Amino acid sequence: METKRENVTAAETQTMAENNDATTPERANAPEVKMRARDLNLWYGETQALHDISLDMYAREVTALIGPSGCGKSTFLRCLNRMNDLIAQVQIRGEVTLDNEDIYDPSVDVVQLRTFVGMVFQKPNPFPKSIYENIAYAPRLHGTGTSRSALDDLVESSLKRAGLWNEVADRLHTPGTELSGGQQQRLCIARAIAVNPEVILMDEPASALDPLATATVEELIHELKDNYTIVIVTHNLQQAARVAGYTAFFHMGQIAEFNDTDTLFTNPREQRTEDYITGRFG
Amino acid sequence: MQRRLTGSADDPRIRSRYRTESRFKAYTITALFVAFAIILAFFADIITQGYSAFWRSEIQVTLDYNERAERVGQFALQEELREVVSRGAVRSIPLEIRNNPELAGSTREVWVPVYSRVDQYLKGNEELDPELAPIVDRLAEEDRIRNVFNWAFFTSGDSKLPEMAGIFSAAVGSILVLFVTLMFAFPIGVMSAIYLEEFAPDNKLTQLIEVNINNLAAVPSIIFGLLGLAVFINTFGVPRSSALVGGLTLGLMTLPIIIISTRAALRSVPDPIRLGAFAMGCSRWQVVRDHVLPLSLPGILTGTIIGLAQAMGETAPLIIVGMIAYIPDAPTSIFDSATVLPAQVFTWASEPRKAFVEKTGAGIMVLLAILLTLNAAAVFLRRRFERRW
Amino acid sequence: MDKKGFSQHISRQYNEDLEQIITRVMTMGGLVEQQLEAALEALVSGDQEKGEQVVTSDYRINAMEVELDEACTNVLARRQPAASDLRLVVAVIKAITDLERIGDEAERVGRMSLHLLEEDRRRSPMSEIAALGEQVKGMVRGALDAFARMDAEQAVRVAQEDIKADAQYDAIIRNLVKYLEGNPQSVPPVLDIVWATRSLERIGDRSRNICEYVIYFVRGKDVRHTSFEQMAEEATGDRR
Repeated sequence: METKRENVTAAETQTMAENNDATTPERANAPEVKMRARDLNLWYGETQALHDISLDMYAREVTALIGPSGCGKSTFLRCLNRMNDLIAQVQIRGEVTLDNEDIYDPSVDVVQLRTFVGMVFQKPNPFPKSIYENIAYAPRLHGTGTSRSALDDLVESSLKRAGLWNEVADRLHTPGTELSGGQQQRLCIARAIAVNPEVILMDEPASALDPLATATVEELIHELKDNYTIVIVTHNLQQAARVAGYTAFFHMGQIAEFNDTDTLFTNPREQRTEDYITGRFG
Repeated sequence: MQRRLTGSADDPRIRSRYRTESRFKAYTITALFVAFAIILAFFADIITQGYSAFWRSEIQVTLDYNERAERVGQFALQEELREVVSRGAVRSIPLEIRNNPELAGSTREVWVPVYSRVDQYLKGNEELDPELAPIVDRLAEEDRIRNVFNWAFFTSGDSKLPEMAGIFSAAVGSILVLFVTLMFAFPIGVMSAIYLEEFAPDNKLTQLIEVNINNLAAVPSIIFGLLGLAVFINTFGVPRSSALVGGLTLGLMTLPIIIISTRAALRSVPDPIRLGAFAMGCSRWQVVRDHVLPLSLPGILTGTIIGLAQAMGETAPLIIVGMIAYIPDAPTSIFDSATVLPAQVFTWASEPRKAFVEKTGAGIMVLLAILLTLNAAAVFLRRRFERRW
Repeated sequence: MDKKGFSQHISRQYNEDLEQIITRVMTMGGLVEQQLEAALEALVSGDQEKGEQVVTSDYRINAMEVELDEACTNVLARRQPAASDLRLVVAVIKAITDLERIGDEAERVGRMSLHLLEEDRRRSPMSEIAALGEQVKGMVRGALDAFARMDAEQAVRVAQEDIKADAQYDAIIRNLVKYLEGNPQSVPPVLDIVWATRSLERIGDRSRNICEYVIYFVRGKDVRHTSFEQMAEEATGDRR
C-alpha cells in the first residue's frame, strides 16, 4: 500500500481547469495524447446522449470507459471512428481529434479514418468467409496487400499477433464462423489489426465470452497495447481494473471522473464513482 | 397430502388436457389431408385427361408418288385410306416431289399419323363414322396400326389439325418471353431494392415508395396488359403479340415482386456483418457488393425464380397484348409474333373438337412440370448457396 | 454503524459480510481491552489470579485474528471490493495484526507481573507505570472507538497521544536506570519491570498504527511514516 507520487494523479478530471493544455499532468514524462475529445455533445433526434465530453486517450495505453447502462459510453466510443454517422438522426457538436487533427472535419474521408481507428464489437462478427479471407479482405481492398505472398504473410502475422495462429494455421480456408466464440473474437481482433490501425476501439469485447476466452482476450489486449492505443468499453469493473491503465467513469452522458485506474479503484474522487464501483448503484 | 408424479392419467384435468391435444392434432392433420386430397384430385383429373395425348396412332401405308400426288398429296394414298390418314401427313408430298424429282413414280412404305378422329376412336374417346370404323378395325387386325409415343407433340407448333398440334412454338415463345422478362425485371428490380434498402434515407418519400411498390404487387395482372397495350404497343410501337412486348409487360408485373423479395433478402443479412465491414473501412458500395449481396443472393435468386414461375403461368395480360393468336411456327426472334404455353392451353381449351381435350390436358401437364421444375430449382439453389457458409 | 461506510450495497449479503467483519473486529478489540485491564491490575496491585488469567486467555485473541483474516480473504476473493470497501478490508487485515500484537504485549505484562514479588512492587515506580498503563489503555479504547465511528479526526487525536506515552516511557526508564545504578543487585526484577513498561509503550505504538489505518480507510490517504502535522492535514482536509 504505497502512495504514488503523493497527491498528483496521472490525469485531471474534467472538472479541473479547462485551458488548452488542461489535461497534461504535472509529471515530467507526460504521456502522449493520441485521441482527444473536447466538449463533445451528441443528440439522438431530440434526446441528448452526450454532454460536454472532454477526454484524453493516451498513446499505447488502454483507456477503459465504465458506467451504468445507457450512460453513453458506447455512443462515445462510436464517435471515435464516426460509426455514429451511419445512424440517421444523430447530431454531433464538439471536437474529436486524432493526433491533433479533427476527425469531423469535412475534408476527412470517413472510410480512410476507419482504417486508422479500428473497432471490435461485443458479439464477434467474423465475415461469413474463410479465416484467410476475413483477414485478407480489408488489406486487399485498401491496396495495402496486393501480392499473394504479401497477403499470406500479413494473414500469418495478424493471426500470430492475435494469438490465434497456432489454433488455425492448418485450416485457414475453413469458414470463420465455425470457430468457437473466443476464437471468433480473436479473429475479429486479428482482422482489425491487419489494416495496421493506430487506435483500436473495443466495445465490450469479452462480454459474450466464457471466462477462459475472456482471459485470453484480456491477455491479448495487454500485449497489443505496446503497439496500439486501445479504448475499451466494459461493463465488467474487474476487467477494467485488470486491463486498463486509465479509466473514465461515464454517468448520464457525462464523464464523472477520469483517472489512472489504480487511483480510481482505490480512492476515487467523486462520490458517484465510489457508489458505482462498490456496487451501491449500478 | 403427498404429491404424486406417476399415475397422471388418473387426474381428470390432465386427461382433459391430453384429449384437447389429440383433438387439436386431429384437426390439423385433417386439414392437411383435405388439402392433399384436393390437390390429388386435381392432378388425377388433369393426368387422366391428358396422358393419352402423349401417344398417337400411326398407320402403315404405301405412298405412291404418282402424278396425281404431285398436285394433291392425298392421292398418294389408297382411296379407302384417304379419310383415315391425317391430312397433315400427306400435305407436304407435292413439295417433296418437286424438291426431289427422283421420287416421282416411286412408292414407299411409311408409318404416318392417323386422322385425329380415328386416333380418338382408337383411344376410345369418340365414335367413328360407320364407313370408316370397319376399315380401321381391319387395319388394326392386320397390325398396320401402332401406338407410338407422340414426339410430335413436343416438336411441332400449333395446328388446325389436332393430330399435328404440338407445344413447340408455344414453348419457344414462353422461353423468349421469360428471357425478356428476366433481362428487364431482374437488373432494375434488384438495383432498385438495393438502393431502397441500403442507400435511401428513411423518410416520408421512401415510405411512400415502399407502400406503392407493395400495392403494385397486388394489382390485377390484366391491368398490366392494358398498360402494355397503351405504352409499349401504342406509344413505343413495339410489335404487337411479339415476345418483346409480352416480356416487357410481364416484366412490369414481376418487378414489384422482385423488389420486395430482394429487399427481404437484403434485410435478412444481419446488421453486425455490415457494421463489421464499415469498421474495416469499407465504403457503402463495398459493403453491399462484398458482404451483403453474396449473403442475400440465395434469397434474391429464390424470389426471382418464383416471380418468373408466376410470370410463366400468366395469361390475361398477354391476351391483351395479343399473344393469343394462332402461331403455328415457332418465333425466331423476340420481334416475331409468338404465343406462350398458358395461352396455347387456353386456345386449345376453347376448341370444340374432342381431340383437343387431351391436348389441353397434356399442355397443362407440361406447364405444371416446368413450373414445378422452376420452383424446385429455386429451392435447390437456395439450399446450395446457404450451405456454403 | 450506519454511516456511509458500508451500507446500501445492492447485495444485502455483501453488506452483512462487511458488517460482520466490523463487529468481530470490535469484539476482538473488546477482548484486547479486557486483557490489558487485567494485565495492568496484575502488574500494579499484584493480583496473581488476574495475571494467570491474562496468560491463559491470550489464545482467544489469536484465534480471532485467524478467523478474521480468513473472513477478509473470503471477501476479497468473492467480492473484489473497490474503493472504500477495499480500504476497509485492507485496514481490518492490518488492524487485527496490531490488535493481536497488543494482546501479546498484554500477555507479556501479565507474565512479568507473575514474576514480581511484593517488595519488588513497593520499590518500583508503580504509580508512573500505572499512569502509562492508563494512557495506553485510553489510546486503545480511543483507536477502537475511532475505527467504529470511522472518525478520522479522533484517530489523529488518539495518534498524537503517543507523544505523551513515549515521554512517560522515557521518564520511567530513566528512573529505573538511575535506580539500577544505585542497586545493581536488583537487575532481575528491574528487567521484568523494564519489559513490562516496554510492552506498554509498544501498545501505545500499535494503537497509533490502528489510528493510521483508520485515516487510510476513511480518507484514502496513507499517513504511515509521516509527521503528525501531515497526518492532521490529511485527516481533516480534502472533504469530498
